[in-house]
Amino acid sequence: MFIPLLVLRNALRHKLRTALTVLGIVVAIAAFGLLRTLVDAWYAGANASSSARLVTRSAVSLVFPLPLSYAQKIRQVSGITNVGWANWFGGVYINERNFFPQFAISGASYLDLYPEFVLSDAERKAFLADRTGAIAGRKLADKFGWKVGDQVPLRGTIYPGTWTFNLRGIYDGAEPATDTSTFFFHYDYLNETVKQRYGRPGDNTGVFVESIANPEDAAGISQAIDATFKNSLAETLTETEKAFQLGFVAMSEAILGAIQAVSYVVIVIIMAVMANTMAMTARERYTEYATLKALGFGNSFVALLIFLESVGIAITGGLLGIALTFPLAQVFVDTIGSLLSGFRVSQQTMAMQLAAAVVIGVAAAAVPAWRAARVRIVDGLRAIG
Amino acid sequence: MAIPLGYIARNVLARRLTTALTAGGMALVVYVFASVLMLAAGLRQTLVSTGQDDNVVVIRRGSQTEVQSGIDRSQAGIIESLPDIAVAADGRRLISKEPVVLISLPKRSTGKPANVVIRGITTAGLDLRPQVRLVEGRMFRPGTSEVIVGRSIATGFSGTDLDETLRFASRDWIIVGVFDAGHTGFDSEIWGDAEQMLQAFRRTAFSSVIFKLADPGRFDAVKATLETDPRLTLEVKREKQFYAEQSEALSRFISTLGTGISIIFSIGAVIGAAITMYASVASRTGEIGTLRALGFSRRAILLAFLVEALLLGLIGGIAGLAGASAMQALTISTTNFQTFAEIAFSFTLTPGIVAASLAFALTMGFIGGFLPALRAARMKIVDALRAA
Amino acid sequence: MRPNERQPLVAIHGLSKYYVRGDQVIPVLLDLDLDVFEGEYVALMGPSGSGKSTLLNLIAGIDKPSAGEIRVGGVDIASLSDSDLALWRSMHVGFIFQFYNLMPVLTAFGNVELPLQLTGLSRAERRERVETALELVGLTDRATHLPNELSGGQQQRVAIARALITDPTLIVADEPTGDLDRVTAQEILGLLARLNDELGKTIIMVTHDPKAAEKARRLIHLEKGVLVG
Repeated sequence: MFIPLLVLRNALRHKLRTALTVLGIVVAIAAFGLLRTLVDAWYAGANASSSARLVTRSAVSLVFPLPLSYAQKIRQVSGITNVGWANWFGGVYINERNFFPQFAISGASYLDLYPEFVLSDAERKAFLADRTGAIAGRKLADKFGWKVGDQVPLRGTIYPGTWTFNLRGIYDGAEPATDTSTFFFHYDYLNETVKQRYGRPGDNTGVFVESIANPEDAAGISQAIDATFKNSLAETLTETEKAFQLGFVAMSEAILGAIQAVSYVVIVIIMAVMANTMAMTARERYTEYATLKALGFGNSFVALLIFLESVGIAITGGLLGIALTFPLAQVFVDTIGSLLSGFRVSQQTMAMQLAAAVVIGVAAAAVPAWRAARVRIVDGLRAIG
Repeated sequence: MAIPLGYIARNVLARRLTTALTAGGMALVVYVFASVLMLAAGLRQTLVSTGQDDNVVVIRRGSQTEVQSGIDRSQAGIIESLPDIAVAADGRRLISKEPVVLISLPKRSTGKPANVVIRGITTAGLDLRPQVRLVEGRMFRPGTSEVIVGRSIATGFSGTDLDETLRFASRDWIIVGVFDAGHTGFDSEIWGDAEQMLQAFRRTAFSSVIFKLADPGRFDAVKATLETDPRLTLEVKREKQFYAEQSEALSRFISTLGTGISIIFSIGAVIGAAITMYASVASRTGEIGTLRALGFSRRAILLAFLVEALLLGLIGGIAGLAGASAMQALTISTTNFQTFAEIAFSFTLTPGIVAASLAFALTMGFIGGFLPALRAARMKIVDALRAA
Repeated sequence: MRPNERQPLVAIHGLSKYYVRGDQVIPVLLDLDLDVFEGEYVALMGPSGSGKSTLLNLIAGIDKPSAGEIRVGGVDIASLSDSDLALWRSMHVGFIFQFYNLMPVLTAFGNVELPLQLTGLSRAERRERVETALELVGLTDRATHLPNELSGGQQQRVAIARALITDPTLIVADEPTGDLDRVTAQEILGLLARLNDELGKTIIMVTHDPKAAEKARRLIHLEKGVLVG
């Protein structure tokens, strides 16, 4: 009881200083948590993707389409249970700032591949029956206030002109991590219009998506698909959906790396602030430490007092910082919008925040504790002035 | 009467550990702040300098980027017939019809694939980009499967050294040269013969048409002519503006995120400065009493402590800038999410960033020092002296 | 383990202490011999820089000699390790300082109790001993006050209670009245004298105040590191 009491009273001696230090740690730990959550969100798409799905795209790069006729051949590869396809549309809704992903999809076969997109039977039926129908994710629909029955105009960038779709359904995510910010419409509508309106050859799509019976066979099946199209005009590259998504994340790797680095910088900054606080605090108390040592308390006792005070302040700030991360993350999501689907503070992030707080406390106390433990009693007593 | 600066400076330097820690915290904040601005500036500079003043880029209306654009031969022919296109000394018209596609290549650093721009050009295309010069090997020969690669490609991607071959579009392309485009976006591209590219990729349409204006003042007229022609659905932009727009989203993302982070971080540093200054005031209470008794005014005391805090900020600012300026040696390569292509750019320190960073550091010092300085100035002489 | 009556409690032989400053060696104590017997009340006097505080620190085991031997209660304290010396101090030495050196965050009670935290005494035993000590110095009614709520004399009395609490072999006092006015100083000196008279405590006190020295039973003068007179 004695040591905690002494530490607590010491911590409260300079209330303003302690309060400022705690505040600094709160800000740092909350910022650290927010930055880590931001990085997590980037990977959320990949983490939410299924290992029982494969994505086939052009081996050259995503901008090269694959012939639609490939679907037949892919379906014949053993182990594949279903094949669908999707094509990036890249339309603009009102203006460029309202970016969201849009895909032209192979109707029922595509929806069957994604059981995590939960759509009522009635809405599914209505979508499949309407050639110009479309469905949108809940988050996306909420963002723009769309309701079933609304008309959604998109200005094409790859496919010129204005395209108007009838919103026939709004899907929910089966799990919280499921992305519900995407817009889907019928590939057939896109393909036929492209052929008629622009006289382009058509019958191309960006990617094929396959579901497989057994996730362990993913590598073998991928090779089998790619072998089918080897030395053809459009060679393919097949990988699991997760690898495909991670490929996108990898493109932003430099930025992600910078954010991660910066999240540690804030810890170092606050470490310097806290170390300064503890250094000043310990310096002011040298006489007391010397007195304690004269009375027979050991060097380690004095060091312990400083460590406990420092770690105590840091953990207090850390816990408050963790608590603050949640409302901050909410504010962040509200301002940035629906793009980052998986913006949730994970348990791992919280654990890292707490660990960071402990590290701050220990590191800040190290030098002052070492000095206080080492100071000769006679010198410490003389420091009275 | 003001308290001499030398006295204030000695106070800052006397407490070495505290000064180092406080200024160090601010230095880190300034370092992050400056680095982020340098990154955004580097990106902007790279893309802006990619464009030439009197060059014009034509893409399909609404397509935003060259990769998404498509201009068929008949449309290109209409553009070619414009009378405003500049003519080179040898009588060739300075217009280049270029196919632009993306291929994925593995990065040297991570082995992971990233998208790289492949551009088909003609001799006129080279004339339109005088900043480009070969640094290794030779120019590709027209009509062959030879390509030249930009400097950033050669350093950033595997399999892109001289005499190596790249396989794409069912062909092997031999790398015969490396070019330096003077820190512009072209450094992150691979160039080959335009017609060969069209054949290999089985394209019938170009992606963009670039030409030089004979009279730069005629831009608006040319733009009006092309954009109102009912046979065309095209968009006409000055090359400089075209590339500037391509950097907009990424540089805004970098600077918004970076400034936000810096501001949050600065709270920590300001708190550090405030703690230090409060301690400085507390430990020198007797001294403040003495100075006041000697006839220094409250204003002089306030000023002295504010200057002390500003000095701390200045030390932090200079240290942070020194660290950030070392970042200039670094090149960042990432995907520009507007064009979906890899772009390499460096941290660029501009006078504006130096000024902004120092102002930021001084502001942190000022905010951190203001309340403690006020406390010092408000002390009663007798109370202060008694504490001595 | 009480020392034999005829053996001195403090036995000092050939004690020297030097400080090294740069390449200069500054002698503070030179080849000093001194015996203090149990129950003595010794005043160490001398001008500033005579080495009297250094001698007191060496006897109290908070400083180490450059040469020579100090035995306190038969223990050669110069040969003890830092941690053994700390343990030894907690059992055998009570300290009284010029500026009291109380813990500002602890009440009078807490300060007196402080040395007992190093013992295995129960809470109830500690309470009983602290109350006895506070009663002895006449501060029972101030037990819950923090040091900054007490006058200088009261703070020094708390310090005296703290010095007594472990029933040490030896009490060392460094200028115990140096920061007090004359009247209060007399009270403190009276209290020290009572400790010596009534409780038989051995006290070694450094002072430069002749009035304080008068109360002591034995006077030792120190000048330039050697005993005089």
